[in-house]
Amino acid sequence: MSTTLAPAPSTVGAVASGRTRRAARRRVVVVVLAALVVAGFAASLMVGRTFYPPGDVLRVVAGQEVAGASFTVGRLRLPRAVLAVVAGLSFGLAGVTFQTMLRNPLASPDVIGISTGASAAAAFAIVVLGWSGTAVSLTAIVAALGVALLIYGLAFTNGVAGTRLILIGIGVAAMSTSATNYVLSKAGAWGYAEALRWLTGSLNGTTWAVTVPALVALVVLGPVLLSRARELSALQLGDDAASALGVRVERTRVVAIVAAVGLIAFATAACGPIAFVSFLAGPIAARVVGPNGSLLVPAGFVGALLVLLADLIGQFALDTRFPVGVVTGVLGAPYLIYLIVRTNRVGGSL
Amino acid sequence: MSVTHSLVADGLSLAYGERTVIEDLDLVVPPGRITAIVGANACGKSTLLRSMSRLLAPRDGHVLLDGKAVHRFPAKELARTLGLLPQSPIAPEGITVADLVGRGRHPHQGVFTRWRTEDDVAVAAALEATQAVELADRSVDELSGGQRQRVWIAMALAQQTDLLLLDEPTTFLDVSHQIEVLDLLTDLNRARGTTVVMVLHDLNMAARYADHLVALAAGRVHAAGEPGDVLTEECIRAVFGLDSRVIVDPTSGRPLMLPIGRHHMATAAAAG
Repeated sequence: MSTTLAPAPSTVGAVASGRTRRAARRRVVVVVLAALVVAGFAASLMVGRTFYPPGDVLRVVAGQEVAGASFTVGRLRLPRAVLAVVAGLSFGLAGVTFQTMLRNPLASPDVIGISTGASAAAAFAIVVLGWSGTAVSLTAIVAALGVALLIYGLAFTNGVAGTRLILIGIGVAAMSTSATNYVLSKAGAWGYAEALRWLTGSLNGTTWAVTVPALVALVVLGPVLLSRARELSALQLGDDAASALGVRVERTRVVAIVAAVGLIAFATAACGPIAFVSFLAGPIAARVVGPNGSLLVPAGFVGALLVLLADLIGQFALDTRFPVGVVTGVLGAPYLIYLIVRTNRVGGSL
Repeated sequence: MSVTHSLVADGLSLAYGERTVIEDLDLVVPPGRITAIVGANACGKSTLLRSMSRLLAPRDGHVLLDGKAVHRFPAKELARTLGLLPQSPIAPEGITVADLVGRGRHPHQGVFTRWRTEDDVAVAAALEATQAVELADRSVDELSGGQRQRVWIAMALAQQTDLLLLDEPTTFLDVSHQIEVLDLLTDLNRARGTTVVMVLHDLNMAARYADHLVALAAGRVHAAGEPGDVLTEECIRAVFGLDSRVIVDPTSGRPLMLPIGRHHMATAAAAG
């Protein structure tokens, strides 16, 4: 123990260089993820029944008329690809927010019923009430917040225990799914593909009218979450430790829950609860960027990448065209089982 | 760092829901000294500490830091003056020691401020003080219990507060690691004048290391003062309901408590 306050310059140097090294690694990974998202986005615009080269695509995006491409790329593929990125970012950001806040990878909004609740409400509004557009988004938001409150309320006994919240959430998710099923059974004339949108999520038939509200929600709520990144990281240390570091725990939690639920609801109202994207994005991001620092941005990119890739696979890799949610569901389900087995053994965290 | 702050509980009552834990308690923390709070299980020690660091709002009365209620401080401003190491903080899986210690810089950083040299200096100083420099790049998961506790204390030190509150910092540590942690806190106090307040289970450790001992019983201060005045056989009987002998510790001159227990009553009576 030194009696002076000043540490040895060599120690300061070692601390600084270690931090710079980890930050540099993190920056590289985030840049690579961003590049992959851009590449996936470009691929979704070019690839299809007809292949359009990058030049054509760029001209369409820039607003020029290109024979054939203007309709296929501009009206069909562009809103779909934008929604894939927007929904992926929204699901990834919201998922990792919940997982970080509740310190449990199982606590993602798609596992604990928030996305399925929003989906059930959206399906109800469209099928039974005949609504569309903003009214559907608002219904999804109200339902998602309602489900979040319901789970929180049911799980609350002397504070919220993570495991209880997750088990209640899984029950609520099952109830919401059956509600969706019921609503869809009332809509006899509906196509199978349209039904799948509300059960597993789909980007089929995406239009700008569907995409824009989700995009606006992301532009508004994304920065709200990002501005809380440090507080969310502090919450990982436990509520008391975070509070001792000067974090307003309850306020942070309310802001984060409202923003994350809003992202989930708007994205779900547009494309349904794309299965397991919220759930997978955070853990994959943690694996690739390492444990130090906030996972928000990397998880958002991983989410976008998952949706883009799964949609490409679902459309073109197989003989039959599958909605995006079927592909992400196939990816997510084994991981969910693995995690439950592992959590039972050791008690998990991100 | 030698600024002295006054930390005072004034007519403090604390409750969880209907259950009152602390009732009309007055306590003055001597600035620049080490205070240990002792008492039986569930007597409100940790509750008192949590309230002193704003984690629990009083039902009645105040906790005053420099004459101002801690609940009226802006959160970060309070966290720059008063630090708390809670009983069981959680280390995120895989986090490195240096990054965990760096989390202590939170109250010194704004939403958009970047990491500054002074943050590196604070982390380095905290690692040196806790002799954890060589652990800096290791993952917290790999550390032993004693090392881990040193790292958590380093995080609290990186916060650079003049007051440091610790909730049972030696629990789950073997005796040599307990001594290591308490020696470290004493170093801090002696070198920097940091006011230390800690809840301790072990009466003899408390008597050995504290300048000021506070014995709580049933939500009130039963006795407070120098360990030699507080740790008496009567006090231990009143606070813990335990018969004991108190002798003088030959190495420190502080009181040393020897519990008697049912099977040695007769021998103790004969000797006494």
